[in-house]
Amino acid sequence: MVQNLFYFLTFLTLLSALMVIFSKNPIHSVLYLILTFFTISGHYILLNAQFLAAVNIIVYAGAIMVLFLFVIMFLDLKKESEQHIPALAKVAGVIAGGMLLVIFVAAFKSMQTITPDEASFNSQIGLVTTLGKVLFKQYLLPFELASVLFLSAMVGAVMLGKKEEGERNTF
Amino acid sequence: MEFITFEFLVKTAIILLVFVITLGIAAYSTLAERKISAFLQDRIGPNRAGPFGLLQPLADAGKMFFKEEFIPETSSKFLFILGPSLAMLTAMMASAVIPFGDTLQFGDTVINIQPVEANIGILYIFGVVSLGVYGVMIGGWASNNKFSLLGAIRAASQNISYELAMGFSIIAILMMTGSLSLGDIASQQKGSFFGISWLPSGTNWNIFYQPLGFILFCTCSFAECNRTPFDLPECESELVGGYHTEYSSMKLGLYLFSEYVNMFVAGLVMSTLYFGGYNYPGVDFVAANFGQNIATFLGIGVLLGKALAFIFFFMWIRWTLPRFRYDQLMNLGWKSMIPLAILNVVFTGGFIMLKEMFFS
Repeated sequence: MVQNLFYFLTFLTLLSALMVIFSKNPIHSVLYLILTFFTISGHYILLNAQFLAAVNIIVYAGAIMVLFLFVIMFLDLKKESEQHIPALAKVAGVIAGGMLLVIFVAAFKSMQTITPDEASFNSQIGLVTTLGKVLFKQYLLPFELASVLFLSAMVGAVMLGKKEEGERNTF
Repeated sequence: MEFITFEFLVKTAIILLVFVITLGIAAYSTLAERKISAFLQDRIGPNRAGPFGLLQPLADAGKMFFKEEFIPETSSKFLFILGPSLAMLTAMMASAVIPFGDTLQFGDTVINIQPVEANIGILYIFGVVSLGVYGVMIGGWASNNKFSLLGAIRAASQNISYELAMGFSIIAILMMTGSLSLGDIASQQKGSFFGISWLPSGTNWNIFYQPLGFILFCTCSFAECNRTPFDLPECESELVGGYHTEYSSMKLGLYLFSEYVNMFVAGLVMSTLYFGGYNYPGVDFVAANFGQNIATFLGIGVLLGKALAFIFFFMWIRWTLPRFRYDQLMNLGWKSMIPLAILNVVFTGGFIMLKEMFFS
């Protein structure tokens, strides 16, 4: 039963991820991307990582994608005009994509499947209490450094968004 | 079919019951809104359909269903229909993790009256709330109407802004209770007032520890439900009808109805987080003298009563305060609410530290 659920979720994930790329309308792309995040959260729940699933929904589907939609709605891209792409860009795209494919194939060829040791496997490892302990004991320094990074990013964003000297209030 | 157990059937029954109760209360909230607005404006209000107008919600629903179903020619049809459906879906989803009562005991079987016992309950609610804006955004954009789009964009920016303050006020509660599970948070409020033993049990509510957090959370839930004074997405004096300008028939009905469902769920969440959930003064006394089951049923009634009181509060505010201007709304959200919420988190942390240093 769980295995069937996994295959169904994986099918949905791949389908919606492909539809992100193949949709002509960027709004549809964003909506498919949201669906992809949901199915990935479903995978997390199958792995008993409830906290990760919830945070994935809150942060990505709930906040970041709302901002994406927000911006794209302003752009008025409904005309679905066929954009003219220069030939050089197409060739460059094909070469870059092909190289990525080569890297993926090479990586998958040397990949080893790891089977977890069932005796020592802890099914509660994805729960929030375990995660918190690991994060605040074992990985405290990287966690704090990441928070400093976020803080500097926030300060940068506020600086960029600030009104320039003499700029008119546009509300 | 090994998953159909007794517990599965009980949980299904509870979920269905919660679904029906939510819809029923939301339906009668529409009548209550009109009655309360009439009371506040010194009118009589709807009193034609049935005794005291009690059949008014049915009449409204019948009217909605029989109206012309209109989809604008230039809209994207699928998304136009998806919008109100999503609004209703996300509104109904949140009540799944609310603990509606303590345990019931019949012989050897113990039933926990919570549709889904999730140990991340509060994060689940927060996630569902943050998804709530999609219904409005998709519907507003798909209408292909400038006013709808403006309404949708306002809804999005408003929800994102107030979600932050809401999250911070929840963090203060989490630091205090040390649990993400709504069931734990509700059962922790069962003790007596500030732990003083001779006072009646069931009064150790979080509101006494987190008054500022409650005010912030309550304000944010007004904004998340798009209720006055934060109903700028449907501000009729500027935007015709806001995001539902192009909607007619039951699709409009679903948008309006989801607002009432949201209000009920917000009332339930606020009661559970800050007002003791299903606990009431003297819960242990009732359990000891009349049995656990009676106490639990009383608790369910008390929780619903608290939620209804919050719905009344929402309506009272709506018919008392004028709506904000948009820049005032943003300034309030970013420049007052979020700093206050962060301050609340810092103070809560400080108090917890002092308590551990001196009283443990």
